Amino acid sequence: MDFIGVPVSEDTTNTKNKVKKTMKRQKPFQEPVDNGSVEESESAGSSFPPTFSLSTIKNKQRRHLMFMKLKQEKRKQKLELRKKRKKERDALGDKAPPKDVPKTIENQRVYDETTVDPEDEEVAFDEGTDEFSAYFNKLTNPKVLITTSDRPRGRTVRFCEQLATVIPNAHVYYRRGLALKRIIPQCVSRNFTYLMVINEDRKVPNGMVLCHLPDGPTAHFKVSSVRLRKEMKRRGKDPTEHHPEVILNNFSTRLGHSIGRMFAALFPHDPHFVGRQVATFHNQRDFIFFRFHRYIFKNEKRVGIQELGPRFTLKLRSLQKGTFDSKFGEYEWVHKVRIKTYLGLTGLRTVEFKAE
Amino acid sequence: MAVKSQLCSVWVGSETGILKGVSLSKKQAFNFCEMSCLTRDQEVCTMAWGDPHETEVLIGCLNGRVKTFSTEKGIFTESRECGDLSQGRFTGLAVMDSSLITCVESGLLKVWNEGSSNTAEINVGTGVCRMRQNPSQRHHVATGGKENPLKLWDLQRPDKSIFTAKNVANDWLDLRVPVWVRDIAFIQDSNKIVTCTGHHQVRVYDPSSPQRRPVLETQYGEYPLTTLSLPADQASVVVGNTHGQLAILDLRKGLVRGCIKGLAGGVRGLQCHPSLPVLASCGLDRFLRVHSLKDRTLQHKVHFPSMLCGSDTAGEVEEVKAEEEEDEDEVWDSMEMVKEHQGKRATCEEPSEASGNRVKRKRKVAKQ
Repeated sequence: MDFIGVPVSEDTTNTKNKVKKTMKRQKPFQEPVDNGSVEESESAGSSFPPTFSLSTIKNKQRRHLMFMKLKQEKRKQKLELRKKRKKERDALGDKAPPKDVPKTIENQRVYDETTVDPEDEEVAFDEGTDEFSAYFNKLTNPKVLITTSDRPRGRTVRFCEQLATVIPNAHVYYRRGLALKRIIPQCVSRNFTYLMVINEDRKVPNGMVLCHLPDGPTAHFKVSSVRLRKEMKRRGKDPTEHHPEVILNNFSTRLGHSIGRMFAALFPHDPHFVGRQVATFHNQRDFIFFRFHRYIFKNEKRVGIQELGPRFTLKLRSLQKGTFDSKFGEYEWVHKVRIKTYLGLTGLRTVEFKAE
Repeated sequence: MAVKSQLCSVWVGSETGILKGVSLSKKQAFNFCEMSCLTRDQEVCTMAWGDPHETEVLIGCLNGRVKTFSTEKGIFTESRECGDLSQGRFTGLAVMDSSLITCVESGLLKVWNEGSSNTAEINVGTGVCRMRQNPSQRHHVATGGKENPLKLWDLQRPDKSIFTAKNVANDWLDLRVPVWVRDIAFIQDSNKIVTCTGHHQVRVYDPSSPQRRPVLETQYGEYPLTTLSLPADQASVVVGNTHGQLAILDLRKGLVRGCIKGLAGGVRGLQCHPSLPVLASCGLDRFLRVHSLKDRTLQHKVHFPSMLCGSDTAGEVEEVKAEEEEDEDEVWDSMEMVKEHQGKRATCEEPSEASGNRVKRKRKVAKQ
């Protein structure tokens, strides 16, 4: 074995030597190339056809090197340009032209024609006489029934319990396999103004049906990114019994108005400011983000907030006229998959971008 | 007011009780109502043309009043009491040589003769969803509703219906198929009637044949069909459902010829132009849309800014006026190629000469 082993080791040393030798031999050839790579790249850039791209270089290390160089150069150019511009700006002083407005998703959005003008008489009349007008005229007090799909598990149960601490006057009931159409008349006779059903999939809440009673409308939401209280970092103490304040952001279109009113009518009229709790529904690109906070005024300018949880995201799937009736109900708005992004269906605030 | 109303080519009623006129060529919408005296019980249930020249619009309100709007003067000229809330909403309005036909949900069909107070009454059965008049024989009306099969009435002999549809055969489980007629239309020149149901069926009946069951039955989608309209070419029908799906169905075999996209909410009103391949639709999404039936593309979209607001747009029924759409088509044509423009005009003006003439007259008035 040893006998055999020796020649093998010799062989390997030989090959190693060979490799080394070849490396040594190659190095002197390569080094000048490396040193003059900038010149070479420039010369290469001029000599190569205009379609030359770095990805055609087959040596990985070299390709990487070249790429880094290219990047550095670009960065340098950018910096110089910026410096130059700043100098010009300083030189011009007050006469300098206004800065360019950066392109953002928000300002690239096409104006939605359904955006509500607050002074519109017709909207005012419509909203003054719709199903929520009883709440907004302070004739009714909200009373919410929260239930789930049949046999809720794990997170869904806890989510319902925590929702009930956020919404005052909310009652959580076990579904007991009852049909929604049979629950609704009973709710109406017991003066409930909302029926909220949390649906789940594989123990995770994924849908919410929010039905305003006694005569609609019914909204169906997709629920995602649910974070319960226990999973939250830097969470405050559990919320108190005080009525929270409600903040509704960006519910600006006609559809947004109806949804916003729907959320507003979930909470009692007069918030208890002593509780310093606030529930936020923030609409951004048709997703509604819910957060629940406690705030404190540290001085006249600074406010501290502390999240109390839970937090979740909603997306409207459909808005139906009347109470829950998925088969024969008439839909005011149904989410449909758009083929062209700028085709323009009315969203809460539509996500449409200018076609470039 | 008068000038405004003469511009309008499409009339839309709203849930708030506002009558809206839309000028497609000018892309403007006007409200014809006093904003101060709006109430929810003025919700427009149904609309109809008051005379064959299309200068009057009849509006059936929720509170049982029928209002007459003159499109030439731009004001409401008349309002009469034709029922009350207890009898349900209006399901159909029609005019037959100066007498008015009304039908309410509870099934009371009345003929109000001009001048005299005596009315003829027919009980057509409960749960009526729609009453329609045969445009060629104006004393024929058809009714139908929930558990109320299609019936054809001759108003000159009101004691018995001339045709009562028979329910289709039991299904494969030998269960009775529920009846729910949602909308009716008369196919011109063939004496046939097409209906759509709340159970997403489209049926064609032939009252002239001894067969009382539908001669053609087809299904579209899985949601209740709310309304239908017959395009100018006879062999098809456009239906709409509660999810805002619109489809053109072929009446020869009952196959879908094409779908019309873009609606976000349930359809309440559909109307095809009597001569041009143009379709106007409106519904709960608070938009009036005008599609071309040829290539099914969207031609106009009007979002009544105020109307939405005002009206929830929900209870909307609308009527397309033949004339001005043409007028507006001219505008569009002139924007495109000149050659095509001439060709198109020649073809479209011939079949609807009368309306074309009226356009010209109206334009003159507007200029004055």
